[in-house]
Amino acid sequence: MQSHLNPAGAAPSKGAISIRNVTKVYDPDGAQVMAVDNCSMEIAPGEVCMIVGPSGCGKTTLLNAIAGFHSITGGEILLDGVPLCGAKKPLADQGSDRIVVFQNGALFPWKTLAENVAYGPMVQGRWPKAECIERARTALQEAGLGAVADKYPGEVSSGMARRAEIVRALINEPKVLLLDEPYRAMDALTKQIMHEALLEMYDRTKVTIYFITHDLEEAIFLGDRVYVMTTRPCRVKKVIDINLPRPRDYHTLTSEAFRLLVQEADEAVHEEAIKAFQAGEREMA
Amino acid sequence: MSVLADDAFATGQRPATAPRRQPTGLGLLAYRASKGVRSPTPYLMLLGIALWLFAYWLLCEGLQLPRFEKIPGPVTILSDWLSSEPRQGTSIFTPVYYEHIYVSCRRIAIAFFLATLLGVPLGLLMGWSKTIKDYTFPVLETLRPIPIMAWVPLAILMFSGYETPVIFLATLASFFATTLNTMLGVQSIDESYFRAAGCLGSKKWDVFRHVVVPGALPFIFTGLQISIGVAWFSLVAAEMVSGDFGLGYLILSSYVNSVTVPMVIGMLTLGFVGWFSSALVRWVGNRLMQWHVKALAMQGR
Repeated sequence: MQSHLNPAGAAPSKGAISIRNVTKVYDPDGAQVMAVDNCSMEIAPGEVCMIVGPSGCGKTTLLNAIAGFHSITGGEILLDGVPLCGAKKPLADQGSDRIVVFQNGALFPWKTLAENVAYGPMVQGRWPKAECIERARTALQEAGLGAVADKYPGEVSSGMARRAEIVRALINEPKVLLLDEPYRAMDALTKQIMHEALLEMYDRTKVTIYFITHDLEEAIFLGDRVYVMTTRPCRVKKVIDINLPRPRDYHTLTSEAFRLLVQEADEAVHEEAIKAFQAGEREMA
Repeated sequence: MSVLADDAFATGQRPATAPRRQPTGLGLLAYRASKGVRSPTPYLMLLGIALWLFAYWLLCEGLQLPRFEKIPGPVTILSDWLSSEPRQGTSIFTPVYYEHIYVSCRRIAIAFFLATLLGVPLGLLMGWSKTIKDYTFPVLETLRPIPIMAWVPLAILMFSGYETPVIFLATLASFFATTLNTMLGVQSIDESYFRAAGCLGSKKWDVFRHVVVPGALPFIFTGLQISIGVAWFSLVAAEMVSGDFGLGYLILSSYVNSVTVPMVIGMLTLGFVGWFSSALVRWVGNRLMQWHVKALAMQGR
């Protein structure tokens, strides 16, 4: 069956993100705060790239720069070799080739799930309105959300809402999916279901994923590569390649290879967490 | 059968194998009515009204306390209000009573319509565009605190006749409430909805139509409920100063002519009509914002 989420059905030839020497200095009330310092990353097309680091370290700043919500102070970011933002143009244009799934969810509460999913194609004028709605329903059905397509986000569980939000992103065939701790507030069981749903959608679309999280096990379970970031200012501290075979399911979580990877990542993260904590204490004193 | 299962039947719970489908239409209405009758709410409301009426009666007619003996009590009011030959000239059988109600309602309808027509778009633009807010906000904030009564002389100078100054005053009061609430409504919309709309390829107009307007709607309707209330009390104030008909005019002219019963009838009528008009606004709002109603219902409100 040909999927509506990826009509081409082919392996990706798009979605490479190059982050080159990016620096971001915030300037609130004249006090300069360096959020990101000379940070570089090369994300391959179709890679699931997991970003792990202490709270407030600047991971979201990078995401905001890629999505075009915030400007950068130095360096450049390219998508498939085309500059998004750089010295001449510090703020990237927002566009449906890079879609964000937000921490607290941003489905429009005044639209049903189907209307939400149809929204992107509709405003872009991809298909006639009726067809947008039709395709949105099909896409929701494929994600197992057919029964709630006509409900408002306030009427469904947060897990369903988050899945619908990912469907809303993927129907636009973005090159990159940007996720900012999307499963943060969820309980462990829901999280597991979310992970499997995400992996399933990823296997169908092979979209590049930039995924911010605090949860190491989540990062290793989902990712091709885990970037451990330093505490503010944000730099890449360690890159861990995850060579666990795909498709992965919950059995992966109990394998020896998985346990060793968690241990490796944990050491790096723990060190930064302590630094961040101490920095926090200094600021308080 | 266990005690627990018996309990489940006794409390009216159905077995898990036969879930009840949500009733629709008349069935839903009947379900809500039966639920309402079984809840304490209607009885408490009736009891509250009865207690209030009794206190009122006791004060004016039962005990006839000093300073209260000249005030018409509930028995006097009701017997005149419902009489075909009222002693003080106003009852549900006199056409002039309806003339007063009609004139006031018409003025409110015009004023509320104008205020909404001007206030909602202005508020939306002010909330959405910093430039427009910069242009308008200081002027609006200076004019807003001026009590409507202070505008009366100016209104009489600016507009001729009875009708236009009164409508102007009611419009003005209601306009401020609508504009301010609409603006706050837009400002209260979570930034992530704007960002999501941007990601999904929206043009400016799409953001306005699909994010700004629906996102501000709950605030707009709160504003409209306030604004129709404000419209009523500024209307009555205006009718007392300048007018030939209307409930405000009825109240003041009754006072001037020392007929206290029509005065109180006018006040109570105002209360009922005002309540009805707010309920109407609320009803329209709930019709337009099913998403909001349903989300609140899921939170058990």
